[in-house]
Amino acid sequence: MNITRRQLLILLPAAAIAWEHILAGTPEASPNYNMTGHWWGMLMDITKCIGCGSCARACQLENHVPDGYYRTWVERYHVTDWALEYPKVDSPEGGKNGFPAAVEAGGKNFFVPKMCNQCADSPCTQVCPVGATFVSPDGVVLVDQKYCLGCRYCVQACPYGCRFINPQTKTANKCTLCYHRITKGLTTACSEVCPTGTRQLADLKNPNDPIHEFLKTHSVQVLKPHLATRSKCFYYGLDGSVR
Amino acid sequence: MNKFKDAEHLFRLAAVFLIGAIAFLVLRSFLVPRSFGQYGHYRGKAFVEIAALPVSYAGHQVCEGCHTDVLDVKSKGVHKGVACESCHGPLAKHADDPASVQPVKLDTAKLCVRCHEANIAKPKNFPQVASEDHSGGAACNSCHQPHSPAMIAGGSQ
Repeated sequence: MNITRRQLLILLPAAAIAWEHILAGTPEASPNYNMTGHWWGMLMDITKCIGCGSCARACQLENHVPDGYYRTWVERYHVTDWALEYPKVDSPEGGKNGFPAAVEAGGKNFFVPKMCNQCADSPCTQVCPVGATFVSPDGVVLVDQKYCLGCRYCVQACPYGCRFINPQTKTANKCTLCYHRITKGLTTACSEVCPTGTRQLADLKNPNDPIHEFLKTHSVQVLKPHLATRSKCFYYGLDGSVR
Repeated sequence: MNKFKDAEHLFRLAAVFLIGAIAFLVLRSFLVPRSFGQYGHYRGKAFVEIAALPVSYAGHQVCEGCHTDVLDVKSKGVHKGVACESCHGPLAKHADDPASVQPVKLDTAKLCVRCHEANIAKPKNFPQVASEDHSGGAACNSCHQPHSPAMIAGGSQ
C-alpha cells in the first residue's frame, strides 16, 4: 500500500479525531432514563406537615448520612403576632425523633421541612473552584465525591444551610434529591415515607405531573426569593416568618 | 548593523517556552478525566456513579406486588396514603430476598405516637391524642388495626 505525502497529511488529522473519540469512550447510559427529559423539583405542602420526622429518618437510612448531619430536617416555628420577624425555631436532632410538647403557649405554631432547594441558579455550584459540584441537565444539584477537595466554599455559599462536610469522606455532602432513586423511576426516600403527602417530588418537564395543576391553582412561595437562586423547592402555606 | 547579533538568546528562550507549553498540554490531556466537560464544567461520569448507588427503600409499589391482602385492608382506611416503609422501615433487601431478610416486628406503642402524639404545631385537622391519657402506654394495636385504624370489633373500648 502506497501512501503519498499528500494522502498522509490528510489522513493524520482524521486519525487524531478518531483516536480522540476512542479515548472518550461511550457514555454509560442509564437504561430508560433520558436526562434531558426531566426538570426535577419538590413541592412542600406545609399545611399538612405533622413534624413526625419520617423524612429525616428515611433520608439518613437511604443515604447513609452520619449522625449529627442532615440532608433534610424539620423545623418547628413559634411566632407571636407582635414579633412576626422574630420567630422562635427549634429542630431537636433535625426532628428525627419528633418534637417535645411546646413550652410556650399562644401564637402560631407550625412545622417546616427543609432540604436542598435544588436551585437552578445555585450559589453553591458557582463558587466551586474545581468543578466538583454542578446542576445536572435534569435540574439536580450534585456533588462529585471523587473530585471534591473539601474546601468548604460551597458550604458557606449555600444561603439555606443545606451543605455539610461529611466527616468520613471529608468532602462536601448534600441532598441529591435521591438521584439514584429518581433515575430508576422511584420517588425520593423522604417523599416515599411522608405519611401526609407534605413532600412531593415534582418533574416540571412532565406535563402529566400533578405539580402543574397544583402550581396553577395554589399560591406557592420559595425560600429567600430575594436571592434569585431560582429555587425549585415550592412551599405551599409558607409563613412570612420562615427564613 | 549588529542590532540582532544576540538573537539566539531569544530563540533559546522561545524553545524553553515551547517545551513548557507542550509538557503542559500533554500532562493536561492525561490528568483531566475524559468525561470532564461532557455536559459542563464537571465530570460527566459523576452522574453515572451517583445514579448507581444502591436503594434502601423499595417503594410501596414493590410491597404491594406481594402483600395484596394488606393493600386491600389499607386502601379502605384512612392510612391508604401512608407508604408501607413509612412504618416498617427500609426493606429493599427484603424485597430482593424475601425468605432470608425479614422485617422486624413493630412496637405500636412507640410507632404510632411518632405521628399521632398531640402537639400544638400539628395541623388542627390531623388526628392526635395525648398518648398518656388515651392509652397509658398500651400497645395501640390492642384496640386499633394499624393498616386501617378504625376500632377493632370487640376491642377494649
